[in-house]
Amino acid sequence: MSIYVQTEDFDLSTELAKLRADKPAIGAVVSFVGVVRDMNEGMDVHAMELEHYPGMTEKALEDIVQQAHQRWTLQDCLVIHRVGPLQPLDQIVLVAVASAHRGEAFSACEFIMDYLKTQAPFWKKEQTPEGARWVDAREHDDKALSKWGVASSNSAGKDEDVS
Amino acid sequence: MVGLTVNIELRFFASIREKLGTSAEQASLPVEVKTVGDVRAWLMTRGGPWAEALAEGRALRMAYNQQMCGADTAIADGGELAFFPPVTGG
Repeated sequence: MSIYVQTEDFDLSTELAKLRADKPAIGAVVSFVGVVRDMNEGMDVHAMELEHYPGMTEKALEDIVQQAHQRWTLQDCLVIHRVGPLQPLDQIVLVAVASAHRGEAFSACEFIMDYLKTQAPFWKKEQTPEGARWVDAREHDDKALSKWGVASSNSAGKDEDVS
Repeated sequence: MVGLTVNIELRFFASIREKLGTSAEQASLPVEVKTVGDVRAWLMTRGGPWAEALAEGRALRMAYNQQMCGADTAIADGGELAFFPPVTGG
């Protein structure tokens, strides 16, 4: 398992080569790259800033990846999440999963992304023509996680009941 | 009485940090403050932006010792308690 929270960009080919190196049991690698769009909620976005909770972010991502390992037989996982100032076209996040067969890798990659969207402490602030605004959490992302049998009310207006 | 005082570190992130104008604080808690929810209520008694940003019914998430938690979570000396809005990474 490799988890990186960093300001630097990443190169997909390099990362996948490192993930696969010297692991001949791997038969499938699935990767997801999230990038900055120039439009959100009907407004132009010309820049954004990603804030996070150092320490907790890494722990939350490790926990998410461990849960993926418990659900599927995986050879290895990599998560890179960028923080700091970003612009449209920039890469934000990479999730790569390696397994013996494609089914596990496809599922685990989507699971990790769905989990990350609602449980990892990152916050986006967008610069728009009308000024800066914090991005609102989306109910759609909670629903995406619910298909894995995991409840999330991250986007709810009221306090989350996690007890 | 010495030994009863509970000191914790408070952390604030994103829109909550901006509303409060601070990102961290060392707090000495009154003895009756025992849970995460108690700390929130105690901070709200400061009024102004504190009462507003931490108001019940606001979309607010809490983490104790870097784990997402609910209001009932007990706090102890040396703990770290964070308040922040719903997360929006990825």
